Formats: sequence, C-alpha cells, structure tokens
Amino acid sequence: MKLEKKTMRDVFIERIYERMKKDENIFFLCADFGSPKLDLIREEFKDRFINVGIAEQNLINIATGLALEGYTVYAYAIAPFLTMRAYEQIRVNLSLHAQLKEININLIGVGAGLSYDVSGPTHHCIEDISIMRTLPNIEVFSPSDWVLAQKFVDYSIKVKKPKYIRFDGKPLVQIHERIDDLELERGFKEIRNGKNVCLVSTGYMTHKALKVAEMLAEENITVGVIDIFLIKPFKEDIFFESIKQYRNLITLEEGFINKGGLDSLISGILENKKSKIILKRMGFGDSYTFEIGSRDYLHKLNNLDEDTIIENIKQILKGDI
Amino acid sequence: MLVEDSKKFSEFLRKKALCVRKETLNIHRMASETRIASSLSCVEIFVTMYYGKILNFDSSNISWVGRDRFIISKGHGAISLYPILADLGYFDKSELSRVCKEGSFLGGIPDSIVPGFETINGSLGHGLGVACGISLALRNKNRDEKVFVLLGDGELYEGSVWEAIMFAGEHKLDNLVVVLDYNKVCMLDYCKNILDMEPLEEKFKAFKWDVKIVDGHDVEQLYKFLLTMKEEKNNKPKLLIANTVKGKGVPRLETDSLSHVISLASNEIDEIIAGLQ
Repeated sequence: MKLEKKTMRDVFIERIYERMKKDENIFFLCADFGSPKLDLIREEFKDRFINVGIAEQNLINIATGLALEGYTVYAYAIAPFLTMRAYEQIRVNLSLHAQLKEININLIGVGAGLSYDVSGPTHHCIEDISIMRTLPNIEVFSPSDWVLAQKFVDYSIKVKKPKYIRFDGKPLVQIHERIDDLELERGFKEIRNGKNVCLVSTGYMTHKALKVAEMLAEENITVGVIDIFLIKPFKEDIFFESIKQYRNLITLEEGFINKGGLDSLISGILENKKSKIILKRMGFGDSYTFEIGSRDYLHKLNNLDEDTIIENIKQILKGDI
Repeated sequence: MLVEDSKKFSEFLRKKALCVRKETLNIHRMASETRIASSLSCVEIFVTMYYGKILNFDSSNISWVGRDRFIISKGHGAISLYPILADLGYFDKSELSRVCKEGSFLGGIPDSIVPGFETINGSLGHGLGVACGISLALRNKNRDEKVFVLLGDGELYEGSVWEAIMFAGEHKLDNLVVVLDYNKVCMLDYCKNILDMEPLEEKFKAFKWDVKIVDGHDVEQLYKFLLTMKEEKNNKPKLLIANTVKGKGVPRLETDSLSHVISLASNEIDEIIAGLQ
C-alpha cells in the first residue's frame, strides 16, 4: 500500500464541500481558523459559511440556533479553544439540548494532542478526550488517519447528534487501507495481532504504536495494536472479545492519564468485565510542558517516546511489572 | 385600531398583567426557591408579547414552523411566564400548583422540557447567541418569523453576550428583536455599583443595533414599540431597553438592592396581593 500523507482536516473538509454542493442543509462555521480546502467552501457557499471571529463561545451558540432550525452544522476551530473556552456552551447547548431535541452539530477541533508542539501548553490539547467523554449525549471521534476522517463525513450527516471530532494538526500517513460503515461504527480496529501484550491507542499515538510494534518485530517480539477511533459511544463487549486473548494492555495517548481519558475508558471495561488483564497506562503525568521542542522531543520529556514504550513492553514480558 | 378599541385593549393588557402578577406571587408562595423579584420585573413584557399577540404562536402545536421564536435568556426570572403559558393552553393549569415539586416539569428555572420554552435556560449569556443562530437560519430559509429574546441586564456582564451583539449587528439580523429587562439590580447590588453599564444605548448603537427605550411596565407603550420593531426592516437587529423595576408591585423588593435573593412569606404575599391594583 502506498502511504500517502495528508491532513485529516483537508480530507474531511473536501468531502464536506462535495456534500454541500448537493445538500443545502449544511452550514459551516469557523472561529477564524482555516485550511487550504476550506477556501473552496468560503468561496462557493458564502451564505452557508460564516467566520464568527475568534469567539468560540459564540461559535457554539450560533451553531446551536442553526441546528435547532434543522441545519446540519460544522463548527471548526483549534481543538483546545473549541473544547475548553466554550466548554459550558457545549454542555448547555449541545449536551443538555440533545437530550430533548434532535440537533446535528459537529465540533471539528484541529490540533489534538501535541500537534501544535512548539506553540506551547496553551495549544497542547491533552484534556479534550476526558472532558468531552464525560458529557452525555455527545459522541467523540478520535481518528488516527485521513482515511477515517474522510469516512466520518457521511456518518456525521447521518447521525443527528452532537459530535466532537478531534483531528491531528499535522499531515500524517494513512494507517487504514479502507474503512467500511460497519468498521466505523464498531469504533476500533485491530491493526496488528500479537501475543501477550497489546498496545491500545488513539489518534497520533497509533502511529507510534505501529512503529514500536515494527521495531519489536525485528527482535521477534509480536505485540498487538488496536486503534480506537470512536471513543463514545464505545462497543464494550465487542472490544473485550478482541482483547481478552492478551495478558497485558498498554494504553498510549497524548493525554493526561488517570483523568478520564482513553486509559480510564479501558480500565473501566476491564473492571466491568472482572478481567485479570493487567493495564499499563502511558500518557502525560499531572503537569504541563513548557519546554519547547518537536513532538518527539516532548514525548521523550514525558516518557512517551518509542524507547520508553519498548522498555515497558520488555519489562512486562520479563514479568518484571 | 380605533382610539376607543385601543383604550380597551390597553386596559385588557393591564388587567392581564395584574392577574399574572398575582398568580406569580401565588406560585412563589408554594415554591419559595423561585426568584420572585426577577420574575416581577418582566410581567408586562410577557403579557404584551403573548396577550398583545406580538408573538405568533400555536399552543396546540409548540413546534409549529410558523411561530415566532421567543428565547427567554434570563431563565431565572421567568416564573411569571408559567401562568401565561398555562392560561394559553401550553399545559394544564393544575401544573402551576406543582412548581418545584417532585416530578414536576416546572422548575425554578424553565428549560425546553416546559412546553413553550425554546431553549435551555439557567446559565446566563447563552440566549442571544443561540437566537442569532435561529435568526440566521430563518433568514437563510426566507422565512418571515421573528426571533425575540428576553435578556436580563446582569447578563450583559457575560462576554459571550457581547460576542453575539457584535455578530448580530455585523450580520444585519433584522428579524431579531431583543427586549432588555433593565431592572438595574443584580444578585448582590445595583448594577451601577458593580460595573456601570451605561451608556447602554450608545454601546448598542456602536455595535450597529437599532435601539429604542420604553417604560417596561407601560403595556400601551410596550405594545407600540414591539409591534413597530417587529415589522421594521432596516437591516439592523433591534434592542428595546425596557426600564423596569425589580420586584415591581412589592414595595420592599422595589427598594432593596438584595431583592434578588429575597423570598416572601405567605402572610406577606396575602397583603401584597390585596394591595395590588
């Protein structure tokens, strides 16, 4: 398979653009945040594209009003500001509203995890999974590649609920050759089957998990890799069937650990199933990173680099942990 | 409308307002958690909107596409709308005796679970932005329905309201009419002692709004202004600053800067109702 590098946002927006040509019921709002493909929408749909300015709270509220009148709405902004500046607007107008009325609002946050590495901690988005999955009535989508992002467009129109879609900010190679409807709704995919240890990851960290698995394969160590992309709703039973063969799981996320993120999702399932599988959580500890550097450098500072992951796996295999 | 008819109509609205004020006090008697002072300042506004038929509505079909949208952004002060909605058939009048009681859908702050309410209320500063979205949607669909908002003055301290004010002016949302219940009292003090909002008229005008000022307890004037602003097409969102008195009709509330948090005792309510005219 030829591995093409693309940004999730451009692939997603290009597909939205195609849908907007046929479907007059789609509005696209942004908080003064662009992308090359967004220029197509800006040019062609002047009545259904609105830049609300750097005003994420108003972005959510305007989106709500449009959705209450039946429009399918996309609200596009930088992920940490979209989710955290406007969190209460999301809680009141999306989460609460959606329990009483049908509203289709799709929050598209760009810059998941450490995408904006050198921009510092205001732009690092390492809380969004935990804070968004705690809200009732909102789905959370965390793709690892542009194939998933592209596939999610049709789903986002079909499923008339509020959704939070977290995109990486960097162009990334594709992981999935193709994803069909059933796979998308299943919410996760086992990319590599392994023995004893399985890496469970989301977003960018799935790229890292695959790299680690390949490095270990050269040493004849096979670890499983499961990419989780639909974090909420989550198909717990099907997921458990996929992991029950393993003795150890390692969750990998560009997010705080022990605070309701991916690790908490998985540990909750293991607890519900009374499973004896041992879980190792890898992500960020209870602090921000001010030091400037590339994503790899920041991962190293936070013990989330390939070497540390491999070391953890080897220790598990030795029975040291 | 003929002068004589107009007088009768105003008298009809005044009587309705008196009746709603009494019923609101009776609800408060049974549900002391309700914000009585906030709910009394907007009685005439609600009465004019509904009984004055400023709003197009159909209580038997609350999702009727042809209804004007009325967003009650100051949700905590909307208990006085309950008796109106019950009277107009949005829900049974017997529900009024269950406000804030177990299992009731009528709480201290109404949400869209209450027939007749469009949005989630209670957290201040959301209503205007949501109304802007509705307004845009209706304009985009070439619909003639209008979007009304009841805004509290204390809400103007929320930054999100000013994001929406800027947006509405820039996008020329002239199907949007905001009524500001300008009672000038917040929870802990008079607004002027917290952060003075004046000059409000000039502020809104600077944001490209059309602004009018009215006595918010004069139903005749409210009717005149609301009807004009509803029909006027001038490419501007409209603000009607309704000068009101917090706790209107209850002398000790009218003069207390802490009226927001005052609850009235049952025997006091008897006296107040007996004295209302």
